[in-house]
Amino acid sequence: MSFLLECPRCGSRPVDEFAYFGEVTRRPKGSASLRELTEYVYFRDNVAGVQREWWQHRTGCGEWFLAERDTRTNEVLAIHLPQPERAQAGGAE
Amino acid sequence: MREIFFPKRMWRPRGDLKRRYDVVIVGGGSHGLATAYYLAKHHGVKDVCILERSYIGSGASGRNTTIIRANYRTPEGAAFYRESVRLYERLSSELDFNLMFSQHGHLTLAHSDRGLVVAQERAEVNKLLGIRSEVIGPDRIRELCPELDLSDKPAYPILGALYHPPGGIIRHDAVVWAYARGADRLGVEIHPYTEVTGFERSGDRIVAVETTRGRVECGQVVSATAGWSSLVGKLAGLRLPITTHILQAFVTEPLKPFLDVIIVSSQLHVYVSQTDRGEFLIGAEIEPYTTYKSTGTLSFLEYSARHALELFPQLEKTKVLRTWTGLCDLSPDYSPILGKTEIENFHVSAGWGTYGFKAAPIVGVTLAELVATQKTPALIAPFALERFYTDTLVSELAAAAVSH
Repeated sequence: MSFLLECPRCGSRPVDEFAYFGEVTRRPKGSASLRELTEYVYFRDNVAGVQREWWQHRTGCGEWFLAERDTRTNEVLAIHLPQPERAQAGGAE
Repeated sequence: MREIFFPKRMWRPRGDLKRRYDVVIVGGGSHGLATAYYLAKHHGVKDVCILERSYIGSGASGRNTTIIRANYRTPEGAAFYRESVRLYERLSSELDFNLMFSQHGHLTLAHSDRGLVVAQERAEVNKLLGIRSEVIGPDRIRELCPELDLSDKPAYPILGALYHPPGGIIRHDAVVWAYARGADRLGVEIHPYTEVTGFERSGDRIVAVETTRGRVECGQVVSATAGWSSLVGKLAGLRLPITTHILQAFVTEPLKPFLDVIIVSSQLHVYVSQTDRGEFLIGAEIEPYTTYKSTGTLSFLEYSARHALELFPQLEKTKVLRTWTGLCDLSPDYSPILGKTEIENFHVSAGWGTYGFKAAPIVGVTLAELVATQKTPALIAPFALERFYTDTLVSELAAAAVSH
């Protein structure tokens, strides 16, 4: 059994309608070293537990959003739209 | 006569953990067991214990689709798997165990011009390294596999294939059992149902391993934990470029034998082989999202069955017998992460994605050499974890994704 994901615009849909874009990462600030950059690009926490992650409703409305999902059970605990101001200021989200 | 009814155990049940081992191997799958076996066999390092959270071979070693091949795209990957196939060819006699290895050939179908170009590229890389691979057309495919639908009726008609004669299938559980028995006979301690809960660090070294059955001191640690590598790495304070996904497969009810080659199609995201029991074994691609929940999905069954029927329409009425999933540790470039890490005495075998089982013997040989000599063998140097810090990846995407 796969799982349902709730699109902020379209409501509950099968997960196959969505594209997954991985856990939320933190872009290094300013002039980062090669090591900081490669860590940002390649290394992941890959937690077994609640993970904040990016999704896009690819075959639906196309909206990008964040979800909090337990990777041990695939239970989705929360979804929300990204905050544009914070994303622009250093891209922390 | 008595032995028939009371077969001897293949490896001894061990009592309590000792206070210290020279080498502690985390993960009792094919990689961990092979490493232990070659440590004892080639290097005389026998003070080794294997800690496995569940039963031996319970993870990816017991859940893969048992395909062995060496037709990779990068010279580094192909050379590595060439050695693995050579070791597999001798493994039944080496371990005195019938592993039922049958090298009936492996066909990677091309349904587009682009597919043919990739096949040609892989064939050229392989030929340079002495691996038998060639691109063949529909006539030759028909000779090798007359049951395949080579007409222009499917959505993606077959234009050609990469033919790899040494490719084959093996009994995966037997590989695990044979390595476990071999390692046990050489004095290695195998401890199933012993979960690692933490590592005790002193500077850049691991000094002890905490387990559910107590603490053991260690000289060196090898982590061979596939889908759980990130979690074991985290216990040691090591971050890895890995994400964990599930891969699924299913078998049909047994049919009369009519397929002896392995058929793979990257375009259709499916691979098909017939087991010695007559079951059709069909697998597909990983699920795109990361998860540790190994439960199958209906959408997998729907699309992989549909794609398998594009290749073999005669399976239309065949029933599905069972499905299963396994956890895969995907690396960003689809090449493994093998060898030393920034923790001096902590070595990893990880990032195997969907093709770790076919590397088990060569991982055992090279990791055992690394642990025993502290020098990275040339064969695995390109797969060091360090490549992600220096951005020198070994991209195996074209030949590793889907095409098992």
